[in-house]
Amino acid sequence: MFENIANPLRGLGAWIINTLWKLGFASRFLLSIVMHSGQLFLRPHLLIREIFFSGVLSLIIIIVSGMFVGMVLALQGYNTLVRFGSADALGTLVALSLLRELGPVLAALLFASRSGSAMTAEIGLMKATEQLDAMAVMGVNPIARVVAPRFWAGVLSLPVLTALFNVMGIFGGYCVGVLMIGLDEGSYWAQMQNAVDLYDDVMNGLIKSIFFGVAVTLIAVFEGYDAEATAAGVSSATTRTVVTSALVILAMDFILTAFMF
Amino acid sequence: MFVAEQPFIDIKNVAFAYGERRILNNINLTIPRGKLVAIMGGSGCGKTTLLRLLSGQYRPQKGELSVGGQRVDLMKSAELYRFRHSMGMLFQFGALFTDLSVFDNVAFPLRENTDLPESVIRDLVVMKLSAVGLRGTQGMKIAELSGGMARRVALARAIALDPALMLYDEPFTGLDPISLGVIAHLIKKINAALGTTAIMVTHDIHHSLALADYVYFMADGGIIASGTPEEVLNSSDPWVSQFVKGAADGPVQFAYPATTTVSQDFGIEKIVGMKHV
Repeated sequence: MFENIANPLRGLGAWIINTLWKLGFASRFLLSIVMHSGQLFLRPHLLIREIFFSGVLSLIIIIVSGMFVGMVLALQGYNTLVRFGSADALGTLVALSLLRELGPVLAALLFASRSGSAMTAEIGLMKATEQLDAMAVMGVNPIARVVAPRFWAGVLSLPVLTALFNVMGIFGGYCVGVLMIGLDEGSYWAQMQNAVDLYDDVMNGLIKSIFFGVAVTLIAVFEGYDAEATAAGVSSATTRTVVTSALVILAMDFILTAFMF
Repeated sequence: MFVAEQPFIDIKNVAFAYGERRILNNINLTIPRGKLVAIMGGSGCGKTTLLRLLSGQYRPQKGELSVGGQRVDLMKSAELYRFRHSMGMLFQFGALFTDLSVFDNVAFPLRENTDLPESVIRDLVVMKLSAVGLRGTQGMKIAELSGGMARRVALARAIALDPALMLYDEPFTGLDPISLGVIAHLIKKINAALGTTAIMVTHDIHHSLALADYVYFMADGGIIASGTPEEVLNSSDPWVSQFVKGAADGPVQFAYPATTTVSQDFGIEKIVGMKHV
């Protein structure tokens, strides 16, 4: 009887201790990344290379997804707005939905799946094949050489990718609303221009994406660095990156939205 | 034990454990400058851990580790990274950077740790690759190399900065006889040419006795025997004798100790709690 109660409690206690330990380790890891980032100013090619891998190579998925999300938003939005005779407000609906919520959140989720998982797998495999150890033994700090460039590349890339996602979404909405359904082009853009505020909507969305960029990239590089040095360890670290990133993005979005809007 | 007035490597009463699992227990070992020492012992006896302690990747829970008069166990992070510039390590499977070419792998420590111009780095890389007989592989990717070639590139990278200390972690593992012979020859040649002090962790009795100036045997977290290759070959110590002859049974038992009897495992004898029925 006592064991039936004690075992789950013990498990819960172990989970809490483990989570706290991991959070502490991740915080120290972030501090270490920041402290070892100075080298990037002297050797910007390390950062540019990583921006290419995590940012430029994510362009296709961001552009295509943004376009489709905007098109779906326009279709669904039109069906609802037309019932109230407000079909002209479609541009506003598409722009605000994308700039405030869908753009930052979906771009971050896509970034976590595409670049975050790649970062974890790459760093985890470098650990499993002793490449990180080899670097350390050569007198080269792996945090400065491997982790910091990837971290800052992610933090810088995501806001730009989010902006691009929003632009493509608005263009997708235009294609469906104006070119396909036949709404007035002037109304689509004018309503959007009147309703969208640079600071409240555009900047807040961008601030969200910066927070998401820090969170997603930190999770990705941390999970890779902390991965068990086996094939199964790297595989589960990659899975953890995607799952944890998704949960953190959605939770952070709620908190940031509550503060911003 | 090697007797030297001022040993290059001095390990005193070192103890190390992974959590609760004790690996090294009061290890004492000295190595004079310029000597090549082999450390042998069964799998999991702590040989690689000892190398990692020497390179500062792990810190001992107890004891002192000195290399060239510097206490490795007391060094702070920045000091440790500087100290490692004078050290090379050949990893068990090379640990080459798979996203870089052969040339860039060997150039890596030079580019990262020196301010040499690219033209000098190029010449040094070509020299190091020539030393291991792979000058023609400069532009190749790591995936295009055979296991033996990869190990030679890793060796060229390890000696890129002409280290005072070389650590070899199982340098012969997984190599065909020709590649194995080549690596053994290169270790001997490089050690003699650079005057490097070297520690080689290995299971390969034949090659280590041919290469090493001195051999230490490790078991149960400590040094259990040591001697020159001749002394090892003529040793009457049952442990050394079993290792040298590769005998299946001896002080290291063939059968892993079991908590149940054979009869119990086959169900002939039943176990109720801790009492046999």
